[in-house]
Amino acid sequence: MSSHVVAPARIDSTTTVPALEVKGLVKDFHSGGLFSRASVRALGGVDLAIRKGEIVALVGESGSGKSTLARCVARLEKPTSGRILLNGTDVLKRDRFQASREYRSQLQMVFQDPFGSLNPVHRIEHFLTRSLTLHGKAGNPAQLCSRLDGLMTTVGLTPDMLNSYPHELSGGQRQRVAIARALAVEPEVILADEPTSMLDVSVRIGILNLMRQLRDQQGISMLYITHDLASARYLADRIAVMFAGELVEEGESLDLLANPAHPYTRLLVSAVPDPARTGSYDPHERAALRTAVMESASCAFDGDPEQQCSATEPVRHRVGEPANQHWVRCHLYRPPAAAASHALSAEPLEPKLQIATEEPSTAESRTEKQAST
Amino acid sequence: MTVSQTSFGSHEPVLEIKDLTVKYRGDTRSTTAVDRVSFSIGTGEIFGLAGESGCGKSTIANAIMRLLRDPAEIAGGSIRFGGKDVLAMKPEELRRFRWQDVAMVFQSAMNSLNPVMTIGDQIVDIYTTHAGYTRKESLRRAAQLLELVRIDPARLRSYPHQLSGGMRQRAVIAMAVALKPSLLILDEPTTALDVVVQQEIMAQIKDLQRELGFSVLFITHDMSLMVELSHRMAVMYGGRIVETAKAKDIHGSPLHPYTQALMGAFPPLTGARVPLTGLADGVKFSNIADLREVSPGHFVSPLPVLEGAQQ
Repeated sequence: MSSHVVAPARIDSTTTVPALEVKGLVKDFHSGGLFSRASVRALGGVDLAIRKGEIVALVGESGSGKSTLARCVARLEKPTSGRILLNGTDVLKRDRFQASREYRSQLQMVFQDPFGSLNPVHRIEHFLTRSLTLHGKAGNPAQLCSRLDGLMTTVGLTPDMLNSYPHELSGGQRQRVAIARALAVEPEVILADEPTSMLDVSVRIGILNLMRQLRDQQGISMLYITHDLASARYLADRIAVMFAGELVEEGESLDLLANPAHPYTRLLVSAVPDPARTGSYDPHERAALRTAVMESASCAFDGDPEQQCSATEPVRHRVGEPANQHWVRCHLYRPPAAAASHALSAEPLEPKLQIATEEPSTAESRTEKQAST
Repeated sequence: MTVSQTSFGSHEPVLEIKDLTVKYRGDTRSTTAVDRVSFSIGTGEIFGLAGESGCGKSTIANAIMRLLRDPAEIAGGSIRFGGKDVLAMKPEELRRFRWQDVAMVFQSAMNSLNPVMTIGDQIVDIYTTHAGYTRKESLRRAAQLLELVRIDPARLRSYPHQLSGGMRQRAVIAMAVALKPSLLILDEPTTALDVVVQQEIMAQIKDLQRELGFSVLFITHDMSLMVELSHRMAVMYGGRIVETAKAKDIHGSPLHPYTQALMGAFPPLTGARVPLTGLADGVKFSNIADLREVSPGHFVSPLPVLEGAQQ
């Protein structure tokens, strides 16, 4: 059984409209005082499409804006500009001020913390019943009962757990309840924001397998947000890499992680601990990658007559076979958010291999310098 | 930048734990959190302790530091550090032992800094109380210490909230090695951090370890990280060690089914996409037997019959 390879998703690609499409999404957060006009750009024009029955992983460091994207799509934040299309309908135009119930029944979210997302004073039954009644899917009491049992079985729990309180369940079981609650409204898209990062290692795979199974059996599209590249590769059909509020690379999962083209992706890949790999990247190479991300001077596709490079607008270069839909943003392009405030620029660009030795004279002058400043 | 896997074993152990048993006593019943655990850590060796939450790995770390409070109780066994019996230490000895001989970086170490004191003051505190240096000398050493973990010494005047999570974690590690302890205990040092920052910090710990030559007890549930970093490792389940060997041996040929399950819980970064199962629900191991040596340096708890896990 273990030698069997997971089949790629059966996606009816070309003909249908994407289940979820985000176009030029921008989100600015106001910063500073009451009268300040300063703002921080968390998302700078993100374009992303998820086809029906497809799992797309969004990876990046914390602060890269991946959760902001999810919160904008879930309509928990109001995007500054851009469009969100669900089955081709612009939902920002349809429900202008807040998400309608119809939108909620099409798109659901699973949050990171299963300990905080379930109200501790209610039984499990309450969460699922409430979702079903609010969206008019409860039916008569007998139907409701069988629906509840069905939901619990789908997510791999026993129906007698309906009478439990959240504190009686383990983290993995709670996350399964959260997934069941999302499933209750029969959504077309599920946004999962780091659903496994707070779970114990041995149950993580179970949750990932459940998500894959839901996709395979019910054709639900998913946006899986994570910083764990290995699990993204395991679960997702496509991976999109986010850096400083913009997508820098996107492609078929296996291809993207086997041939990462953008220096930022390579930096992320090199940071994943993997005993099977022959030694981690050496510090010089990592420093070079950081420089290539932050103050790049050349692009790998420079000189390619078919793909022009440009530092001014985000140029997308195609990587490898067109079938893999693998593209990378031109390395020359620097996102406006990649100013000095970013975490990467705080890291030293030059690796310091020699560890400071006892040099009283220089150290003395340093302390004096500090005292004087 | 692989660590030489041969640079250990010949030295005498820094830390020796024999049949350590820790119980949490309740009113009606008591739970054995750590059950007859034995291992030793050699000079300059990185020893990894892997396992899920609740398996007792943090309890061991706290027992070594003598930090256990009621209702926890060391019910048996011995902890020897450099020939001294840790469990018999008097408060004054313990105070010296705690930061000078053994230092610990806690799981949420970034939050263990005092928010109302500057980083510099907190490091100076260590030197003035434990080493008896003057304030000026302490400041000089504090600046060096921050350079050691690649933080700009100007940050001495920063408050913890002015540093990023990764920088705070590095500052805490710097403070832990301030007095050049011979053993550093790292209890899930990178759990709350991003992959890139985690990589930087692990590389830093490796560098520091090579430079200063201390031993490390490294506790985590991330098997891939542990295999990359440690020389030798032990896998814990339900308060017992089920397997211990050189890290590459455990990675290459895990023998105990629990070790295999833990290894299988991490999707690989290369190769074909193969379905993984992790640890199936309801599989429990009980009455874990004592370790037996199956090949040189590779100890495994022999399995009686697996309950409910026969494939």
